[in-house]
Amino acid sequence: MLARSSLRASRALGATKTSATRTATRNASTQSSSESAGSWKNAALASSSTALAIGSVAWYYYQYGRPMHAMTPAEEGLHATQYPWEHEKFTKTFDHAALRRGFQVYREVCASCHSLSRIPYRSLVGNFMTVDEAKALAEENEYDTEPNDEGEIEKRPGKLSDYIPAPYKNDEAARAANNGALPPDLSLMVKARHGGCNYIFSLLTGYPDEPPAGAVVQSGLNFNPYFPGTGIAMARVLYDGLVEYEDGTPATTSQMAKDVVEFLNWSAEPEMDDRKRMGWKVIAVGSVLFAISVWVKRYKWANIKTRKMLYNNPYAQQNATKHPGSVHRR
Amino acid sequence: MAGVLSGIYSTFVRRNYVFLSTIFVGAFATQIAFNTGANAIWDSINRGRQWKDIKHKYMEAEDDE
Repeated sequence: MLARSSLRASRALGATKTSATRTATRNASTQSSSESAGSWKNAALASSSTALAIGSVAWYYYQYGRPMHAMTPAEEGLHATQYPWEHEKFTKTFDHAALRRGFQVYREVCASCHSLSRIPYRSLVGNFMTVDEAKALAEENEYDTEPNDEGEIEKRPGKLSDYIPAPYKNDEAARAANNGALPPDLSLMVKARHGGCNYIFSLLTGYPDEPPAGAVVQSGLNFNPYFPGTGIAMARVLYDGLVEYEDGTPATTSQMAKDVVEFLNWSAEPEMDDRKRMGWKVIAVGSVLFAISVWVKRYKWANIKTRKMLYNNPYAQQNATKHPGSVHRR
Repeated sequence: MAGVLSGIYSTFVRRNYVFLSTIFVGAFATQIAFNTGANAIWDSINRGRQWKDIKHKYMEAEDDE
């Protein structure tokens, strides 16, 4: 049994040996031809796998890598031009003469549809109106009183503490009067729209004389490329010479738009002047304190930074002190 | 130099109540000086833009009425 199995094993060994030698001889005989055939195969394999890799990456990028837009460019609206607003610089306040002109534009033009519900008359005082002017303006409107003894609510002339009245009683009335479109409140409009001042200025001055060819404008809407969707319920309102400025500034369309935009920026950020002034004071004091703290740190660390570290290897010392006398030298 | 330093020491630091009141008065004085200077610079940067620069036009106009 054992002999037979060992015989079989030796036979199998012999078979593998002969096959190995056979392939070796065959390889040796056909070496040159197989090398030339393998070179174009290798080139084809490499180039096709490279093409496959590039193609699959490109396909994946095409499928999933491209930026996605929920809206078409027309629905996004044209991006507003960047204008060099003087009052947006770090060290500049609002131009309060422009605020006064802008408030005049708001009162004579915008206020017929848009409310400015967060601005009381008192905040006009000391910004672009005197107390008497603001009081006179407030008294032009009537406000509800507290209930009297009979519980009746009467009307009284406005005071400085009253807020600028809205043109419509409520949003529904505003929609009903404006073809279903609600004129938004303008108090925080500069903060509430992408592009801020640039967007509002572009919107006010961006009405073309007639919509471009191919643009679809629904009835009751007007074409404005800067408005998302390009169909805006507000028609163009600012025309040259619409208001007459009391300081003699020529009331061009862009001048009125610029003034009212600056006014709306004030109504959104009435604290801006004080904020900027406080901010640069903080930066001035803070930079001095920072310089002092850097100096103190260097002063305190001077000893640590300039000291010299010495390491006495105890093993080396032991070997060095083999010769007599050196141990007790210190 | 040493005389000046010892003079400062004996004037301001020697007695604690003088030292403390020097610090407090100095803090207030520094703050007032800094604020005055910073506001002056700010107003010169923004000359003609702020309400206090244009107020006189409208105040005079009201006096005429």
